Amino acid sequence: MNELPQQLVNGLLLGSMYGLVAIGYTMVYGIVQLINFAHGEIFMTGAFGALTVYAYVLPDGTSMWVALPLMLIGGILVAVLVAVGAERFAYRPLRNAPRLAPLITAIGLSLALQQAVWAWYPEAKSARTFPQIGGGPFQIGNVTIQTGDIFLLIAAPISMAFLAYFVMKTRTGRGMQATAQDPDTARLMGINTDRIIVIAFALGAAFAAVGGVADGLKYGQIDFRMGFILGLKAFTAAVLGGIGNIYGAMIGGVVLGIAETLATAYIADLPGMAKFGTQSWADVWAFVLLILVLLFRPQGLLGERVADRA
Amino acid sequence: MRQRSLIAITAALAAGALTLTACGSRDSGGSDSKGGTTVIIGVDAPLTGDLSAIGLGIKNSVDLAVKQANKQKAVDGVTFQTQALDDQAQPSSGQQNASKLVSNKDVYGVVGPLNSSVAQSMQKVFDDAKLVEVSPANTNPTLTQGDNWQKSKVRTYKSYFRTATTDAIQGPFAAQYVFNKSKKKKVFVIDDKKTYGAGLASTFSEEFKKLGGSIVGTEHINPDTKDYSAVATKVKNSGADVVYYGGEYPQAGPLSKQIKAAGTKAPLVSGDAVYDPTYIKLAGPASNGDMVTSVGAPLDQLPSAKDFLANYKAGGYAQEYGAYGGYAYDSAWAIIQAVKKVVEDNSGKLPSDARAKITAAVQNVSFDGVTGKVSFDEYGDTTNKQLTVYSVQSGAWKTVESGTYNGG
Repeated sequence: MNELPQQLVNGLLLGSMYGLVAIGYTMVYGIVQLINFAHGEIFMTGAFGALTVYAYVLPDGTSMWVALPLMLIGGILVAVLVAVGAERFAYRPLRNAPRLAPLITAIGLSLALQQAVWAWYPEAKSARTFPQIGGGPFQIGNVTIQTGDIFLLIAAPISMAFLAYFVMKTRTGRGMQATAQDPDTARLMGINTDRIIVIAFALGAAFAAVGGVADGLKYGQIDFRMGFILGLKAFTAAVLGGIGNIYGAMIGGVVLGIAETLATAYIADLPGMAKFGTQSWADVWAFVLLILVLLFRPQGLLGERVADRA
Repeated sequence: MRQRSLIAITAALAAGALTLTACGSRDSGGSDSKGGTTVIIGVDAPLTGDLSAIGLGIKNSVDLAVKQANKQKAVDGVTFQTQALDDQAQPSSGQQNASKLVSNKDVYGVVGPLNSSVAQSMQKVFDDAKLVEVSPANTNPTLTQGDNWQKSKVRTYKSYFRTATTDAIQGPFAAQYVFNKSKKKKVFVIDDKKTYGAGLASTFSEEFKKLGGSIVGTEHINPDTKDYSAVATKVKNSGADVVYYGGEYPQAGPLSKQIKAAGTKAPLVSGDAVYDPTYIKLAGPASNGDMVTSVGAPLDQLPSAKDFLANYKAGGYAQEYGAYGGYAYDSAWAIIQAVKKVVEDNSGKLPSDARAKITAAVQNVSFDGVTGKVSFDEYGDTTNKQLTVYSVQSGAWKTVESGTYNGG
């Protein structure tokens, strides 16, 4: 059992990534009840935005300590622009259309963004390498943590704390809560709901971009399809935690990540389960967990706390 | 207002649809004929996506073969052309491409595909049309010898041939090398559950056990993800001194990297689909010492490949010829030789049942190709059973040793 701490850390890292992306799903859903399936691609454009800064803007050989903040800014900028553009041109015209119309638009947008990066980003037809932070892995007792993972370990909690502060304490954040609760009344009270919706998209995109940079640092490569599966997993995490609830998104992500990791690590050792314990079955077990949670708590782990959803 | 938004959506959808179709239909070669007969040799390979590095090498090599044939006037009165289609390594795209090639009556032979799983979806389409298919890269034994190949070999499709050796040879060859030469006795076997990867892993495991080695763990990864940290931790704790992976380089690279990062020194050993420079890029510096087996011998050491290498360089292709360039070139020439035979037997013209006749003629070709002797046995497999072990040394693939597999 001595591999348990390491496997938990593996799961926590994977889950934090899901959580960062899940926040975007949950915020947008909380406010406009739209499942933005293009969000995985916004995560992808964030990663490519950061790569652009490193590969084409900064001079060769820039130290990662200088480059990383600039890459983050570049990634966030690109992802926010894409998300706000998507909101303005793809979703806003459909605001009052039946629910299915924007959903299908989101799927179309997801494909279009993938193909656009594939077609126009230089050498993006196969995976591109992402710059790495130097330095050896860190050893804490029995647990090894890679240099690239440190960023994720720091960025995820900071992002979460910032979001909690923003939603609870600022004027705009309270406007988001009000819009989530009742858009019509919020509008009557003088809240510019269109602006609030744009801010929700932009915030979600910024977190996705942080996730995209973390993904690149962790795995060392990015490609135009990286957002698809991760987007699905993040959406699952958002549902698991209780869609519409920003804390639920993070918790759901971490639970999902740990569940997948533990399923890979331990299910094969159970008697008679050798066949069902390999990594290719981990997703199945993750979804079994999701179904179980939804059976007993249809509102998700933390539930859709209406006052907090935003 | 409502109408305007409708227009906007339609435009967006149309744009999306155009982008999608655009990637399906690139590189359909033109068909101008300057007198005489035009024979098109189809090419099917992944020209985009993760495996495009290998796929484009195949396409370029066939293109070179066709240009050489036209230049040498290999077949009197016949001008060869290529038509390259992109299968994105997807069986469904492969099957669509196969139907497309079959429906073009000027196509008399096809080189491809790269992936064994794609080949499975194409074989029947080609066989029904009696159109010959020569794969430069498929290594799964079932493609030629039937599902039950370990017990009774049955050839299912008479129109399918390949110039690459099979996993039935490649897996055991790797097992013998790892056990006898590298002196590794404890292996952790991983595959990606695809036709190619699972086949390679099982033939390797069998031979490794037979030699007396022990398999300390098995794992099947999900090729859609790239987080293998849980698997890497398992490998480390299993105490394996070597990892065998049945799969392709887009997954093998991150897998090797994460296994080494978990804190074990066990090298990753794999098959020909990992033998690509991109693997080293993806796996990083920790890939030093990782090994692959690949079919044939390295082209830059074969005297027979000297002209090919020079011509490829002179051709000014943007991509390397890759792991299968030589085989693709030989595959194309096998078709060209067959066309020559059929045309010469029919007093200089293509007969009406040319496709069937060319298929029959490919069965009997025998010539000295780039990779060695090109000829096929009764199952459509190559008779050239040479393999080579390569290993990563300071960021590049280096040849370790070549050998011919006997027995098994």
